[in-house]
Amino acid sequence: MRVLKSMLRQPSAMFGLIVVALVVLLALGAPLIAPYSPDDQMFDGLSLEGAPLPPSAQFLLGTDTLGRDLFSRLLFGARTSLIIGLVANGIAVGIGLMVGILSGYLRGPIGGLLMRFTDLMMAFPALLLAIVLAALLHPSLWIVAMVIALVNWVQVARIVYTETRGLVERDFILAERSLGAGHLRILFVHILPHLMPTAIVWGTLGIATTVLLEATLSFLGIGVQPPQPSWGNIIFESQSYFQAAPWLVFFPGAIILLTALSFNLVGDALRDILDPTQRGRG
Amino acid sequence: MALLVLRRLVQTALILLGVAAITFLLLYALPADPARMIAGRSATAQTVANIRRELGLDQPLLVQFWTYLQGILQGNLGRSYAQKTDVGALILARLPATLILMAAGIAVEVVLGLIFGIIAALRRGGVVDRVVMMASFVGVSAPQFVVALLLLYVFAVTLGWFPMSGFGTAAHVVLPAATLGILGAGWYARMVRSAMIDVLNQDYVRTARAKGLSSVRIVLRHALPNALLPIIAMIGIDIGQFMGGVVVVEAVYGWPGIGQLAWQAIQQVDIPIIMGVTLVSALAIVLGNLLADIIAPLIDPRIRAR
Repeated sequence: MRVLKSMLRQPSAMFGLIVVALVVLLALGAPLIAPYSPDDQMFDGLSLEGAPLPPSAQFLLGTDTLGRDLFSRLLFGARTSLIIGLVANGIAVGIGLMVGILSGYLRGPIGGLLMRFTDLMMAFPALLLAIVLAALLHPSLWIVAMVIALVNWVQVARIVYTETRGLVERDFILAERSLGAGHLRILFVHILPHLMPTAIVWGTLGIATTVLLEATLSFLGIGVQPPQPSWGNIIFESQSYFQAAPWLVFFPGAIILLTALSFNLVGDALRDILDPTQRGRG
Repeated sequence: MALLVLRRLVQTALILLGVAAITFLLLYALPADPARMIAGRSATAQTVANIRRELGLDQPLLVQFWTYLQGILQGNLGRSYAQKTDVGALILARLPATLILMAAGIAVEVVLGLIFGIIAALRRGGVVDRVVMMASFVGVSAPQFVVALLLLYVFAVTLGWFPMSGFGTAAHVVLPAATLGILGAGWYARMVRSAMIDVLNQDYVRTARAKGLSSVRIVLRHALPNALLPIIAMIGIDIGQFMGGVVVVEAVYGWPGIGQLAWQAIQQVDIPIIMGVTLVSALAIVLGNLLADIIAPLIDPRIRAR
């Protein structure tokens, strides 16, 4: 509640919150809101020459190259993006927390090994890795989510590691240990709750990254496969046509931007609120 | 200093070895079969088996990896499956184009970042400041390919100022470099802003002001040099990010760099090229960071003293 109140005081955070809420509502209500089926190739959805139609009263955002209603496809595309955003990013934050907390807590060779592995992953060209994996596996929604999770956990692990190292040094952990608390109790009851703000912040910021990465993979044709609509593959399907029908690129593009921007704004506001020492820093 | 560089070089070698091992393992484990890809759909099992033997793909994984490592140590990245030529030569041929794009893109980022970052720091809380802070968010939130297509539509299709795609003249560089530069500039501006705010509050800047120096001189000669460090670190990181991230921009603009090479190789399951580009990108990431760490003490004596 306190968090929500502080957020509503910042105009940019409020903007982000509203857009995020709107996108979630539109995705959930897609079947109710969409004027047409997203897969319906309507015969009146193309001009007499077979070209897609520009925005009009009948088709709010125009139609695509197969005569499907763009507005309806974008609504259902929101579902794809949000599912991937939540699943991929949930897994990434989960792995990042696990690896980070273990490598920060375990001083011995296992902790060191985990951290070296994380360092190694930091040297990996993330986008290239994602593209290679997505292209060579048979792409589907879940594969895309897995690939993104595989690439995105590293940053979280790095930050959680640093924070855990700091926490382990603190007196209250020493006190717990001298009271006879076991490792599991210390990890899950005493350290994990302190990492929750970090997890929440990165959970939110990560959705923006994930939405962008999914769109990029789908734009390259190796993400979510048509006919299942995703914001990226709508652009992929129509990019060769974009000179004649620019709306097919710009509407999905604008929605991707707006969604990613909003998650970033909310995440940044959360960081400010949950960690006041970071306020106003780059 | 020399010891530090040496240690970092050893670390670099180990990291590259790790990257090579993981990439190799991943590519080996993937369901895509390069032999079948080369043989084509209608090839008999015999043909596929022959190709597999020819490429050494019938060997156990460890043997294959060992052969590959031996090659790398001799500076040999292997031969492309599809193009039948040396991967090292292919990458070297494509590298200049990517480096040109990288230099141009980073130049745009740094120039825009410096200008807007300094103005934002001087006018803290003002309109420019708020616009810069917002723009930096828009920059990281904008999908690169959409911005690329947007610039293409406005400046190539509609206005016809720049060519649609290709490589060769200075005009070809403008749109791809602008795409990369505009998107990244916000973060540079943010860095410059926060570094400048820190510096501008320090005593020596106040002294300079008290001496009656002009504010232009204070900002450029006194404050800016001390605010440059984070920017150099950022350029280092940027160089690394660039190599692996250039695939999309090169694909949209038909820019013949290593991103395009990688993208073609991925579609043909040309594993030696994929391995090669991944390694070169990882090398760029590590070297970028290393470069920033080496340059930092050169421009800032305070770090040298540590």
